[in-house]
Amino acid sequence: MQDAKAMKLKVGLAEMLKGGVIMDVTTAEQAKIAEDAGAVAVMALERIPADIRAFGGVARMSDPTVIKAIQKVVSIPVMAKCRIGHFAEAQVLEALGVDFIDESEVLTPADEEYHVNKWEFKVPFVCGCRNLGEALRRIAEGAAMIRTKGEAGSGNIVEAVRHMRAVQSGIKRLTVLGDEELVSEAKNLGAPVEIVREVKKLGKLPVPNFSAGGVATPADASLMMQLGAETVFVGSGIFKSSDPAKRAKAIVSATTHYMDFDLIARVSEGLGDAMVGIEIDKIPAEERMAERGW
Amino acid sequence: MVAVGILALQGDFDRHARAIQALGQRSILVRAQEHLSQCDGLIIPGGESTTLIKLLKEHAMWDALSAFAATRPIYGTCAGCILVANSIVGMDQDSLKLIDIDVQRNAYGRQVDSFIDDITIQLNGKAEKMEGVFIRAPKIRRLGVTVTPLGWHGSDVILAEQDRVLVGTFHPELTDDRRVHDYFLRKIKANQTR
Repeated sequence: MQDAKAMKLKVGLAEMLKGGVIMDVTTAEQAKIAEDAGAVAVMALERIPADIRAFGGVARMSDPTVIKAIQKVVSIPVMAKCRIGHFAEAQVLEALGVDFIDESEVLTPADEEYHVNKWEFKVPFVCGCRNLGEALRRIAEGAAMIRTKGEAGSGNIVEAVRHMRAVQSGIKRLTVLGDEELVSEAKNLGAPVEIVREVKKLGKLPVPNFSAGGVATPADASLMMQLGAETVFVGSGIFKSSDPAKRAKAIVSATTHYMDFDLIARVSEGLGDAMVGIEIDKIPAEERMAERGW
Repeated sequence: MVAVGILALQGDFDRHARAIQALGQRSILVRAQEHLSQCDGLIIPGGESTTLIKLLKEHAMWDALSAFAATRPIYGTCAGCILVANSIVGMDQDSLKLIDIDVQRNAYGRQVDSFIDDITIQLNGKAEKMEGVFIRAPKIRRLGVTVTPLGWHGSDVILAEQDRVLVGTFHPELTDDRRVHDYFLRKIKANQTR
């Protein structure tokens, strides 16, 4: 019962973020640009994913100085990332008062077997997924929001599309299965049958389903919304472009009005250079972030 | 049947739409000025007020909302309450000034300070208990003399109205309790016959 109440508050905040854009920022100045452009939340990071990729080495939770500086200048929710399975980083982030924790494959995983038991926290968690089974396992662990993994820092939308389509077709498949097939399907998905039953009943995930990894243009945002995302995370796409403020604003408008193509055409004009981006096959398999987590 | 518009630029508009449908009425997702003409009333949902202000102004809906309020009821929850207030305490943030209240944003703190607690509402002539869901909620710091309080959490007023405008700092749309939405529907119906 206590869990149900706590979950209502966690999912409640995720509901409030719907239809908006969550932006990765590394400084107070960038956070202000994001808020002024209409971001619904910011992700406070020491480095954006494209730079994490370039920098190499072990990527960890951000320095609290960075998070605190960003909390000071914006009134919108501030999120931060912890490593997969690193519950102590999550405890520190909760102590810092971040509004949402992203247990993220963008950082180097700390536990190759278990994710954080998110039920133990008051602060809500978002987790990445590549397919329905992965999404449902994270929800079983207490995630209040699911996002596609995409391929962070690539500027390439192809992986986010793959993951969103996999989740959506997995859900569609469940809705046509007979009740007697659900236990076996739960086994195939590697997820608890109670959650599988709930998804069949709802025809959607029981928590908001957002998109992340590779969004670089207003049309990318519209694409993900049309595929069923309820909100869009933009990581490197904004502050790796030539005119971040303008691009941020354009992506916000395109996310809200994702079916208004005249408007998207208008806001896409003269945005300057998007981030360069990389083809996924040019990223060595061991450097692909989406493969992290299970 | 009445048609209730739900401002659907950003926020938990979907939950409000479901609440209206559960009461057997029609909901219209409002994303552009022209959608307003079909609506008998409008709900401004929870979300981020800074984002909502930008989107409203950018797409010429800011003045349209003021014009709408002159003839039809508006119900603002959380961010919606901030949007229609007279002023925002301690911040230089624009508002529609449709009801004489001053509101403080994030008045309880951050997400870890969000809570669920019993509240008291008075919508049917007597005080009744209800579950109040407060998420990064604002507080009404001042009520003008023309504003009628309709709900309380401790000594804080969390639900109030002035003529056609109803405001709440909590989220009935996140529960299965439809009493506040039902009250708003009654406001809309009363407005149509006046």
